Amino acid sequence: MKDQTPDPAARAVKLSCRNLWKVYGTRPEYYFDTAGYAIEVDPLAARMRREAHVPAAIDVSFDVHVGEIFVIMGLSGSGKSTVIRCLSRLVDASHGQVLLDGQDLLAMPPKALIEVRRHKMGMVFQNFGLMPHLTVLENVAFPLRLQGVGLVEQREKAGRVIELVGLRGREGAFPGQLSGGQQQRVGIARSLVVEPDVWFLDEPFSALDPLIRRQMQDEFLRIQKMLHKSIVFITHDFLEALRIADRMAIMRDGKIVQTGTPTELILNPADDYVARFTSEVPRIRLLQAAACAVPATGETSALPQVSADGMAEDLIDPLARHPEGLALRDASGAPRGVVTPASLIAALAALGSEDGHVAG
Amino acid sequence: MSQAEIHLAPRRPASLGGLGMGWAAVILFALASVLAMPRVPWLADYPAAAELPVADWLNTAMTWVVANFRPVFQAITTLSTVPMGWVRDLLQWLPWSVFMLIMAATAFRAQGVGLALFTALGLIYTLLVGLWPQAMNSFALIFLSVPLAVLTGFLLGVWSFSSPRVERMLNPVLDVAQTVPAFAYLLPILLLFGFGPVVGLVASILFAFPPMVRNTVLGLREVPSTIIEVGQMSGATRGQLFWLVRFPAGLRQILIGVNQTTMASLSMVIIASMIGGTADIGWEVLSTMRKAEFGASLVAGAVIALMAMILDRITFGLAQSEGRTLGQRRFLRRHGFWAAVAAAALLLFLLCPVVPALGAWPHNWRIDLATPLDTAIGWFILTFKPLLEAIKNAALFFFVLPLKIGLDKAVSPFTWGFALQPWHAAVYSVLVLAGAFAASRRGQGALAATILLFGLVLYVGIADMPWPATVAVLVWFGWQMGGMPLAAGTGLALAFLLITGSWDKAMLSIHLTTLGVLAAFLIGTTLGIVAARNDWFSRIMRPINDTLQTMPAFVLLIPIVMLFKIGDFTALLAIVLYACVPAFRYAEHGLRQVSTETVEAATSLGATPMQLLFQVRLPLALPNLMLGLNQTIMYGISMLVITALVGTNDLGQEVYIGLSAGNFGQGFIAGIGMAIIAITADRFCRAWQYNHAAKLQKGAV
Ligand SMILES: Nc1ncnc2c1ncn2[C@@H]1O[C@H](COP(=O)(O)OP(=O)(O)OP(=O)(O)O)[C@@H](O)[C@H]1O
Ligand SMILES: [Mg+2]
Repeated sequence: MKDQTPDPAARAVKLSCRNLWKVYGTRPEYYFDTAGYAIEVDPLAARMRREAHVPAAIDVSFDVHVGEIFVIMGLSGSGKSTVIRCLSRLVDASHGQVLLDGQDLLAMPPKALIEVRRHKMGMVFQNFGLMPHLTVLENVAFPLRLQGVGLVEQREKAGRVIELVGLRGREGAFPGQLSGGQQQRVGIARSLVVEPDVWFLDEPFSALDPLIRRQMQDEFLRIQKMLHKSIVFITHDFLEALRIADRMAIMRDGKIVQTGTPTELILNPADDYVARFTSEVPRIRLLQAAACAVPATGETSALPQVSADGMAEDLIDPLARHPEGLALRDASGAPRGVVTPASLIAALAALGSEDGHVAG
Repeated sequence: MSQAEIHLAPRRPASLGGLGMGWAAVILFALASVLAMPRVPWLADYPAAAELPVADWLNTAMTWVVANFRPVFQAITTLSTVPMGWVRDLLQWLPWSVFMLIMAATAFRAQGVGLALFTALGLIYTLLVGLWPQAMNSFALIFLSVPLAVLTGFLLGVWSFSSPRVERMLNPVLDVAQTVPAFAYLLPILLLFGFGPVVGLVASILFAFPPMVRNTVLGLREVPSTIIEVGQMSGATRGQLFWLVRFPAGLRQILIGVNQTTMASLSMVIIASMIGGTADIGWEVLSTMRKAEFGASLVAGAVIALMAMILDRITFGLAQSEGRTLGQRRFLRRHGFWAAVAAAALLLFLLCPVVPALGAWPHNWRIDLATPLDTAIGWFILTFKPLLEAIKNAALFFFVLPLKIGLDKAVSPFTWGFALQPWHAAVYSVLVLAGAFAASRRGQGALAATILLFGLVLYVGIADMPWPATVAVLVWFGWQMGGMPLAAGTGLALAFLLITGSWDKAMLSIHLTTLGVLAAFLIGTTLGIVAARNDWFSRIMRPINDTLQTMPAFVLLIPIVMLFKIGDFTALLAIVLYACVPAFRYAEHGLRQVSTETVEAATSLGATPMQLLFQVRLPLALPNLMLGLNQTIMYGISMLVITALVGTNDLGQEVYIGLSAGNFGQGFIAGIGMAIIAITADRFCRAWQYNHAAKLQKGAV
C-alpha cells in the first residue's frame, strides 16, 4: 500500500530464503538428516526445545525483490540476527535454502562465497565493527584492500562513499575520535564501497540516540533512493520499520508470524503478538496522501501542487494554509485528484472504523 | 575466609552449630597428631623408607639424554655461538654515541622526548661508572633472546589459539614454566649445551616465551566478533582474515606480550650470569656482592635497574602507541624519521676518527662512585648497627621464629626473656579456646575454626607440624574452597613433596612465603588505601612502584644484604619489598573503582569514615584485593627463589645447591616443588574468586 509504483511483487526476486532453519545445540544436524519426508514445523521445534537445542530460526521463508527494503522485526532473542547471519552465511543454516539471483548460497564453496561477499553483499552491524587501528578512510577502503584493488582506486572509491554519507573532511580520523552516529556512517560507507546488490543491516541504528537515529533513517532513505539496493533491514522499533519498510516480517521465537506491508500488518494483524507491536502507532502515520484523494471536481491548476507519493501526515500543514484543497500529482506529473480537509478526515475515519473492528 | 564465603563454597556439608563437623574432625585430627607426635616418630618425619629416589631417576635420565643427544645440543651451541659472537662484537665495536642515538631515537618514537632523555641519561650513567662493556654484553644477549622468544611465543600462541586441544595441553606447561624458579632451568641447560653464554640465551628464551604465548592468545581471542564478521563480509580469505583483521586488531595486547617477554628475558639474562663466563652486568653485581664490595655492587645494580626501566618503557610505549602512528601513511612521514636517524648515525661514525671521545668514552670522564658509596655505607652501618640489630632480632624472635618452630620452642630466656612454663601454655590454650568459642557463638564457624587452627600452628610451628595434620588441613581446605578438583590437586601436590623428600624444605619455603606475603599484603594494602584517598601520595608512590616492579629481583637484594647481612630476615625483607607492589596496586585500583554513588549513599546514611572504609569500600574492592593477594603470592615466591643467594634454608636453597653441585635431580625436584606450591596457592586464590563471583551472581538473581 505504501509503495504503489511499481508493485514489488512485479519486480524480480533478488534474494529468497526457503524453509530456513538454524538450530543451536550439540547435534543440530540430527533433526534434518532424514531427507524425504515433510517436516512438521511446530512439533519438531517443540521437540528440539525439549532436547536442549535452541531453534533460533524456524522454517523461515521470504523473498526480497530488486530495489526493495525488507524489514525483519521482533523482540530481542526472536532470531532476527540469526536469520540475517544465515543469509550472509556468517553462520551456516541447519536446513533450508538461500537463493541469491537463483544461486543457492548455502551450497556455495568457500571460494565462490568469498567472491559473492566481495562484490554482491554489504553488511552493516549494530556495533559498527570498525577497526580501531585504521582511519576512517582505511576502514572504508578495507574491503577494497582485501580485493587487492590499487591504492589510487581505493582512495577514489572510498572518497566517493565517504562523501555520500557526509563524512567528508574526517577521512583521517580514527573511530575512537568519532561520535556514534559518525561511526555508523563509516560502517555504512564501508558496506557500500564495493557497490553491493544486496545490503544487510542488522539493527544499524539501535545503538544511537533517538534524534540521531531519526537523522540516520532519513540519510538511509536518501541513499537508497539513489542506489536502489535490495535490502534486508533488522530493527525492533516499529516506527523505524514503518518509516522505511516496503514490506516487513514479524518474528517471534524463531518463527515468522506475519509478512506484509506495514499497513497490512497494522490493519490486519495475524495475532495478538503482531497487534501489540502495532498498537502504539498513530493511525495517521499509515495514511498515504493518495488514499485521501477524491476526484477533482473543478479546475485544479489554481490549487497548490503536491506529490502523491508522500504521506497524508505531511499534508496537514499545507492544508491548514490552503483549506480550499491541494492537487496531487504522481511522479510522472499526471493529476491524481485533490485532497481537502473533508476528504482527509473521511479517509482517517474510514481507517479508524476498519481498525476498530480489528481491535474489537 | 569469612563464614559467608565458606558458606557458598561448592559441595559444603551441613554445618553443625556454626562449626562444621568436617572442621571439627580436621581440627581434632590435627590436635591428636600433635599430641601423639613425641611418641610416634613417623608423624613428625615422613619415613625415609616411603620416599622414592626421584632425584636419582632424574639424574639417570639426564645422564642418558646427555650421553645420547649431547652432539645435537653441541651442534646447536656451536651454531648459535657464532651469531652471538657477532652481535656481541658488533655492540662492543659500535661507538657509544651511535648506540645511544639509536636507543634514544627508539625511545622517542615509543614515548617522546622524556623517555629519550631518560634513555640517554641512563646510558651516560653506564659510561660514567665504566660499565659500558658489561652492559653491552648483556644487551647482546637480550637483543638475541627477545626476538627468538617473541617468535617462539607468537607461533605457539597462534597455534594454541587455533586449536583448543593444543591450548589445553600447553597451558599446564606454561604454568610450570612460569613458576619453576629460574635457577632450576640453568643446570639442565648447562648439562646439555655446555658451559658458555649460550646457556643464558637458551635459558632466557625458555623463561621468557610463556607471557608471549598467553598475550598472543588473549589478543587474538579478544578481537570483537563483529570485527571478524566485518572481515568475512568484506570477503577476506583465511589468510587475510588473520593477517589483515585479527592480527592488527589484537596487536596491542600482543605487544604487551613483547614487553613482558623482554622483561622476563632481561631478568633471566641477569640470573644466568651467575654461572659465570659472560662478563656481563649481572656477573658484575654478583661477583662484587660475593666480595662484599657493596658500593660497586650498588653501582652495577643501578645499571641493571636503568636497563630494565629503559627496556620496559620502550616496549610498553610501543604497545601504547600502536594505532597512534598508523595514520601517517606517507612514505616520508613514516620513514623520514628513521632515515634521519640513520643519517645522523652515519655522521657520528664519520666524526669518530676526528673526535675520538665520540667513539670510546675517555677514561678521565669516568667517576668513581663505588668508593664514596662504600664509605657512606660503612659509616651508616657503624652508626646504626644497634638499631639495625634490634630491628632484626625483634622481627626474628617475635615473628619469624614462632611461626617457624612454634611458641613452644621459640620462647626462651634468650629470645623472649623467659622460659615457657606449663601455665603459659595453659593460658595460651584458654585464650585460643575462648576466642574460638566467642566466634562460634556469633555464628562465625569458619572464623572459630581458623582461630583454633592458627592457635595450634602458632604453638607448634609450621616446620614442626606433623605432616599428616598439615596434609589433612590443606586438603580439607581445598575441598571447602574448590571441591574435589582442588582437594585432589592439593593432595597430589603435597604427596609429591612428601615422596620426593622435599617436605621439610618445602615447609620452610611455605613459612617464609606466608610471613612475607602476609606482611607485604598488609603493608601494600594499607599504603594502597592511603593512596586511593590522596592523589599526591599516589603520585609519589607510582614511580617507586614502577621501579620496584621493573627491577630484576636480585638487584633489590643488594641494599638489604648490605644492612642486615645474609639470613632469613634479609630474605623476608626482600620478599616484602618486592611483593607489596601488586598488593598496593590492586588495593588502590580496587578502591578507586568503588562506585561513588554507593559511597555517597552510605554517607547519606550516616556512616563514619571508618565504617565507610571497612563496611563499604573494602568489601566492594574485595575481588581486586584478592587478585592483589594472588599476585603478591606469586611475586613472593619468585623472590623467595632469588633469596637463596643470601642463605635461606628452603627449597630455593636446594635449587641453588643443585645448580652449584651439578646435581640436576636435586635442583630440579626442588624447582618443581616450588612451582607446585606456587600453582597450588594460585588455584586457591582463583577458587576464592570463583566462589565470590558465583555468590554475587546468585545474590543478584
Ligand atoms: N551461538 C549461539 N549458541 C546458542 N544459542 C544462540 C547462539 N546465538 C544465538 N542463540 C540463540 O538464538 C536465539 C536468537 O538469537 P538472535 O541473536 O538471532 O536474536 P535477535 O532477534 O537478533 O535478538 P536481539 O534483538 O537481541 O539482537 C536466542 O535465543 C539466542 O539465545
Ligand atoms: Mg540481534
